[in-house]
Amino acid sequence: MSVQAPNAERQIWIYTQMLRIREFEERVKRSFTEHPGVIRGHTHLADGAEASIVGSLSHFRPGDAALATYRCHGYPLVLGSDPKAMMAEIYGRADGLCKGLGGSMHLTDVKRGFLGTSGIVGAGIPHAAGAAWAAQIRKKGEVVLSFFGDGASKQGAFHETLNIASLWKLPVIFVMENNGYNVVTTTAQEDANAAAGEPLAIKAKAYSMPGVTVDGFDPLAVFATVGAAIERARAGGGPTLVESKVYRLSAHGNIIAPPGVPLHYPEHEAITVFGKREEYEAALRGDPVPRFRGVLVKSSVLNSGKADEIAAQAAAEMQAAVDFALKSPFPRLESALENVYA
Amino acid sequence: MAQLPFIAAIDAGIHQEMKRDPKVLYFGQNMATTENHEFVAAYGHDRVRVTPISETAEIGIAIGAAMAGLRPVVELYMAEFMLVAMDQVCNEAPRFRYMSGGQVKVPLVLKAGFGFACGWAGQHTGSLTALFMGVPGLKVVVPSTAADAKGLMATAIRDDNPVVYLHHYLLTLEPGEVPDGEHLVPFGKAEIRRSGGDVTIVATGWMVPRSLGAAEKLAKEGIQAEVIDPRTVAPLDLETILKSVAKTGRLVLVDQAPRHATVSGIIAGEVAEHGFSSLKAPIVQVTARNATVPYSEPLEAYVIPDEERIIAGVRSVLKSRR
Repeated sequence: MSVQAPNAERQIWIYTQMLRIREFEERVKRSFTEHPGVIRGHTHLADGAEASIVGSLSHFRPGDAALATYRCHGYPLVLGSDPKAMMAEIYGRADGLCKGLGGSMHLTDVKRGFLGTSGIVGAGIPHAAGAAWAAQIRKKGEVVLSFFGDGASKQGAFHETLNIASLWKLPVIFVMENNGYNVVTTTAQEDANAAAGEPLAIKAKAYSMPGVTVDGFDPLAVFATVGAAIERARAGGGPTLVESKVYRLSAHGNIIAPPGVPLHYPEHEAITVFGKREEYEAALRGDPVPRFRGVLVKSSVLNSGKADEIAAQAAAEMQAAVDFALKSPFPRLESALENVYA
Repeated sequence: MAQLPFIAAIDAGIHQEMKRDPKVLYFGQNMATTENHEFVAAYGHDRVRVTPISETAEIGIAIGAAMAGLRPVVELYMAEFMLVAMDQVCNEAPRFRYMSGGQVKVPLVLKAGFGFACGWAGQHTGSLTALFMGVPGLKVVVPSTAADAKGLMATAIRDDNPVVYLHHYLLTLEPGEVPDGEHLVPFGKAEIRRSGGDVTIVATGWMVPRSLGAAEKLAKEGIQAEVIDPRTVAPLDLETILKSVAKTGRLVLVDQAPRHATVSGIIAGEVAEHGFSSLKAPIVQVTARNATVPYSEPLEAYVIPDEERIIAGVRSVLKSRR
């Protein structure tokens, strides 16, 4: 199945969403130095995955669902969640998207189809299949997008779920964002396919479903590839495994430290662990956000004045989210005991 | 009222809910493999499916289906099989409502047999109830009669939370009077199986009939035991237990699990804290001996509490004073 390329307006929308994610994540990262102590625990950024996230979610319709992992800030921004509520959640405040009960790793916005995020690697993959079973029963052509990383494809949950999803022809698209690293372990160090020089998408073969690899730095390529998988799923053709090759432009997460040690974002593991500065800098040169801007300017979809305007708007929107979150109060103490049971 | 074996009563509870609510699903391993399977025939493959041996995916799929508005019942057969998927049971299902700030409900039932102490040796005989009861967000149900097996299953399916439904394998064929038609048993409401004023015995699952057997023998000596079956351990009806202890002043807790993995330890702690002034003697716990359940018949019987050990527990609590 081939998917019609997005028109100029839709391409600008894609670029705008990519910028919004980047600007949001920049501010999350900056919070560690500009507002020390405001973000607790462990935070994981989507910078580098913007093209993959937006390209995938471009086909999202009401009634569809998406589920993701602890690296979850990008998806709800695209689906229409309020960045103010998202930042307030990450700051643990009363106005947070999840009332301050979930934090950075567990953003959820059910009204917008963003159903849940598990902090346990691979654990959310069967949840997506379950939501896809519900969609299959509804018979309205609705689909579920399951986002996870390359590391999750070594979990039993991944293999068990792909088997059942293919067997039952569930309308689910497995989008594996392969950023080349499981924290500080490279894909080649932990994945037999990668070590053999094969794409991770080959895992789909074991479950008799299509497996495709796409340049996750190119939103139009992701748009076409995930779009085809979604069309197939909507038509009852079953699941697809999409390996979207991205690169984290930040470290896995902020440093892990006990209270009293100021948290910060270290440099990427390619530099700090493997001493491969050039690998990281090459990825930076391919940064999907300026790269797509270049594509749009070159094809005259955007002029640089308009592109700057979009960038300024995204920056202002996300700065307002920070300002809002800083002012939001902490939740009432008793609210810690609410929502334990329905 | 109909006489039904325990296992048929569970099925009756599932049927009752599947008939009234098209959102209820029922699936698991080695079921629904033919068109004339009773649940497939009644509700179709959209709602009733066989799964591969994939507990993590089965329970994970139930969680996702529940978040998407359905009410899955997962047939897990044996409680130990949940250990394969402990993350999904204890760290996924009960977390999503909370972490989302109340945006989602996760109504599902994990149906599993436990305590199959009849030669199944070390890996299929455990009493894992206490493992689940302390997880905020999970509810834990342990029926001991056929009527409760039906009514608690129906309530579990209607509940908006993840419920671990643990039925004791040695009760599988025990017949009992089961109400016809709609039958629901509330959670968090203990049942006094036998009234008595001398000592309170609290037990769940198979330990309930064993405790009742012990109580009958003691009654011949003029000792009247009150036997309480909590029926659900999360929520736990402490009020009924404390009220009984206020009356008897003596408490014997019977549990098929090894000493430090029991529900009884939790109850003992609560009664010691909230009912200390009523106690005339230290609480006695009659639990499994601290070993993996052995295969050989006399050894298996030695490890698990029987009527004689329950009677001995009662005698010791009646003898001692504080």
